[in-house]
This record gives sequence, structure tokens and C-alpha cells, in this order.
Amino acid sequence: MHGIITIFGKELSDHFSSYRFLILFALIAMVSLITVYMAGMTITKELEGVAKPKFVFLMLFTLSGAGFSLVQFVAFFGPVIGLILGFDTINREKNEGTLSKLLSQPIYRDAVINGKFLAGFALIAVMMISIVLVVSGMGLIVMGVIPGSEECWRLFIYLIISIVYISFWLGAAILFSILFRSVATSALAALAMWVFFSFFVSLGANAVANALTPDAGASDPDAMMQRVRIGKAISLASPMELYTDSTATIIDPMRRTTRSLVQIGMMERLSMERFSGPLSLWQSILVVLPYIISLVAITAVCFAVSYTVFLRQEIRSL
Amino acid sequence: MAIIETEDLTKVYKGRVAVDGLSFSVQEGEIFGFLGPNGAGKTTTLLMLLGLTEPTRGKARVFGLDPAREPIRVKSMIAYLQENMGFYRDLDARQTLGYIAELNRLPQDLTETRIERALKSVGLDKEAEKKVGDYSRGMRQRLGIAEVLVKEPKVAFLDEPTLGLDPDTTNRIMELIESLCRDKNMTVLLSSHLLYQVQKICHRVGIMIGGRMVAQGPMAQLAADKLGVGKEQYTLEEIYMKYFQEA
Ligand SMILES: Nc1ncnc2c1ncn2[C@@H]1O[C@H](COP(=O)(O)OP(=O)(O)O)[C@@H](O)[C@H]1O
Ligand SMILES: [Mg+2]
Repeated sequence: MHGIITIFGKELSDHFSSYRFLILFALIAMVSLITVYMAGMTITKELEGVAKPKFVFLMLFTLSGAGFSLVQFVAFFGPVIGLILGFDTINREKNEGTLSKLLSQPIYRDAVINGKFLAGFALIAVMMISIVLVVSGMGLIVMGVIPGSEECWRLFIYLIISIVYISFWLGAAILFSILFRSVATSALAALAMWVFFSFFVSLGANAVANALTPDAGASDPDAMMQRVRIGKAISLASPMELYTDSTATIIDPMRRTTRSLVQIGMMERLSMERFSGPLSLWQSILVVLPYIISLVAITAVCFAVSYTVFLRQEIRSL
Repeated sequence: MAIIETEDLTKVYKGRVAVDGLSFSVQEGEIFGFLGPNGAGKTTTLLMLLGLTEPTRGKARVFGLDPAREPIRVKSMIAYLQENMGFYRDLDARQTLGYIAELNRLPQDLTETRIERALKSVGLDKEAEKKVGDYSRGMRQRLGIAEVLVKEPKVAFLDEPTLGLDPDTTNRIMELIESLCRDKNMTVLLSSHLLYQVQKICHRVGIMIGGRMVAQGPMAQLAADKLGVGKEQYTLEEIYMKYFQEA
């Protein structure tokens, strides 16, 4: 435990003084501020003279202002944060000859992985929390809406899911940094993994679903549903899908029933919502809990592989 | 008392034997010169004694402990100065030593005094504020020795500690090692190619060639064995070359 704390402290202060962190943070802050500002403006304009719908504050996060919403941005770019923070964790120390020095001190090998992961985790948490706080503050100013207690809870859960999600990518990146001796190779592997899950899993899921339900035409709604369900099930293999699905339930409780099938406009949506009740907070939590557990589980798998490989690895200076 | 003991210690890398049936022991307070050409298996032996590499076969004991089974206890008693050692470039000398002290759970009050003393001993106290990334090779080597000093270990493994140092610093470091053994009863395993220096400070030497230890013992004994009985004037280099040519 002592080793973990020491390594955690050093890694954290390394992170905070690194340009990598500074640039990442500036980038995310910039994008989220712009996105939320646009979203806020859109909401105020569209809602002029209309009674405020439920959960209007959460719409700040889900409404696409500048082409994409903040939630979408985190889903898409969050992995990059995790990967960038982790892709050279172990191999950089190996290449600089500091790893064998570290390991010749009286600490366990897994303390190195754990300490470094926790430092990245803390950093991700700090980033996400401060961004949600800043965005909320800005929302208050632009829209003049104060979030209700349920909205605060939902935001809180959203934060937790996001931190777990990004940490999964951090764990994957650390695994790559153990598997590949070259920093460039592990960066490339991380990038490949990101592209694979971002684009190819959903494409592949559609292809497989189409192949499995060849006779589903527009005239056969049952077969159509079947096809969609199969595609959905396959795409849940992607952590991105897990994340998008779970955050949608938590932070956008009204959209649940119509989400993946039909695209509708904002006013339509608002009027529809007047007739459909939202999932209660408790129900939402029950729905997303399996997703969170899945995210934690695949992170744990990354760790298990990291441990087994790293504990047996031969460490010597160059 | 034997602090370090090995029996038939062997390491095979993908069918290539790096260390071959090594049996030797080092006594408490002794400076043991670990000699041999590059690739002889010296570093591999040190790594096995530290528990950083698993032996293929054989026994290794440090203070009677098996390094593969109780790495933490073994590593808390040994300071290892590795060859080609790396440093965190963004830390300065004090921070580097402070990190080592923290990893070894040194109490805060002890840390400060030891760091200052270590920096002085290796002559880095004037340049302790510089980032290690800006250090010259010799300065880094000295900082590495300071890391050993801060730990004040019972045993030190010094793998080519004076590589790249100027003659004056080399002498100072060697004297420092000698005085630590004398005053603190530290045991040293010293791998080096500076045979003249080794001859001056080591009590016993072991010569490794191709993974096997071809000779070990006090230098006078090796000299008597190899150079003829009764030869008073000998150098370690003569002995070493003799063994080297025979192998
Ligand atoms: N990771 C490794 N994989 C394969 N062979 C290795 C590895 N590390 C060292 N060796 C081999 O082991 C032998 C001994 O190396 P080493 O212990 O570093 O020698 P020395 O320190 O005496 O110069 C060398 O022939 C080297 O090539
Ligand atoms: Mg060596």
C-alpha cells in the first residue's frame, strides 16, 4: 500500500506539471464551453413562451449546439483522454531505464501499475468534475435555470459513469504500454482500438444483423425490430455503446422509448414528452447498473491481463 | 557469515545459457569483485539475487531469504546501482533522492540529513537544483551512487559504478565504498572492469567467463594458483588475463 501511495503522488504531480495534461484540459474546456453555450442559446430561443419542460437543465448536456452535444463529445473523445494519459505508462520507464530502478526498491510490481492507474484516474475525475461544474455554472448564467435535486443526482451519476468509462480506456492504454516495448507502437495500437470501437463495431453489428435477418423488409415491422435488436446486442460489445446507452438513460430520461429508431425534432420531442412519463431516477439507476458493471468488468479484465503479463516480464536496464 | 549464497544458479534465455551452474558466496562486510568480459552473465546474476529475474534452476539466498519468494524483504536490504541507469529527467537531484527515500519508507527527519550527506559525498551538493535531464553522464553516475548512499543498505550491488567517471572521481568513489564497508559493515558486490581499482579495494574476487565462474577467492590465492607459488608482485590484470586466455 505504501508503494502505491508514493508512486501515486509522484505520478500525479508529474501529470499536473505536464504539457500533455494542460493541452488536453484546455482542449476539453474549450469544446465543452462552446458546445454548452450554443446549446444554452438554442434552448432559450426555442423555449421562449413555452412552459419549461421537465429536466430542461439536463438538456444543456444532451442538446447538440455546435454539431454535437457534450455527452456525445465525451463519448467520442473521452477514450482519447484515457489513451493519451496511459499509452506510455510502462514502456517509457522501461526505455529510460527507470523501471528497473523503481522495481529494485522494496515495492511490489503491481504497486507500479496501481499507483499509475490511480493517478490517471484521479486526473480524469478532476477533469470531468471541473468540466461538469463549469458547464453547470455557465448554464445557470445563460439559461437562468436552476437544476432540481433529481437533475443534480442524474448529473452525479453521469459523472461517475463517465469517469469509469474513461478509466477503462486508461486501463487499456496501460495494458498496451506493457505489451509493447515501443511507445510509438503502443500509441498506434491504442489508436487502432479507438477507431475499431468507434466505427467498426456498429458497422459490423449492422452487417451481422442484416445477414441474420435477410427477409426483414420495411413491410415487416416484427422482423425489422428483430434486426434492430440483434444489431443492438452485438454493438454492446463496444464500451462506447455501453457508455452511450447508459448515459442516455441517466441524463436524457425522456428519450428512452424513441431513441434509436426515429429521428425527431425538438418541438416534436417536447410535445411527445408531455404524454410520456420519464423513467424515475431509481428506475434509471436500475437500468444502467448492468452497464456500469460491464464497464468495470472489462476494465478489470484489462487489469488482470496487465498483472499477469507484467509480473512475469523480464525487467532489465537497456 | 555468508550474506549471499548461490548453488548451481542457472539462467537460460531461449536456449542460450547466460549463467551456468553458479555457486559462490559472499561474507558479511566483504567487498567481492565480480569480474568478467561483457556478456559473461554478471548482471543476470545480480538480477536473480534481487528477485528481478527468475532463475531457471538452482538456489539463491540473500540473508537466507529466497529473492524469488520474498522480493520485498530482500530488496529492502539491497541497494542496486544498475548499469546504464535511468533517471526521471524532470526531477532535480534532491527530488530524485527523496523519491528513493520515500519508496524505502525512510522517516522524514532521517531523509533530509541523509540526502545532504549523500550529495556532499558524491560532490553534487552545488548542483542539486539542476534537473537531472541537464546532467552530464558522470554527474548522473554520481547521483546513482548517492541513491545507494541514501538507502544505507546492508548490501550494495554496484554494477560498473565508475563507468564514465574521471580518474579523480573514480578514486573518490572507490574510497567511499571502502570506508562504508569498514565503518558500516556494508557488504558489496562490485562488478567492474577497472582491475587496478578492484585489486586495491576488494577482499576477494570471482571471475566469470561465459556464464561460469572459473575462479573465486582472495587475490593472493588466485595469484599463487595461476602465476606460480611465491610470486609476491602480481597484478589482478595478470591473473585475469591468464584465466581469460585459458577459457
Ligand atoms: N532478455 C534477454 N534475452 C535473451 N538473452 C539475454 C537477455 N538478457 C541478457 N541476455 C544474454 O545473457 C548473457 C549475459 O548478459 P549479462 O548478464 O548482461 O552480462 P554482463 O553483465 O556480464 O555483461 C548475454 O549473452 C546476453 O546476451
Ligand atoms: Mg552487465
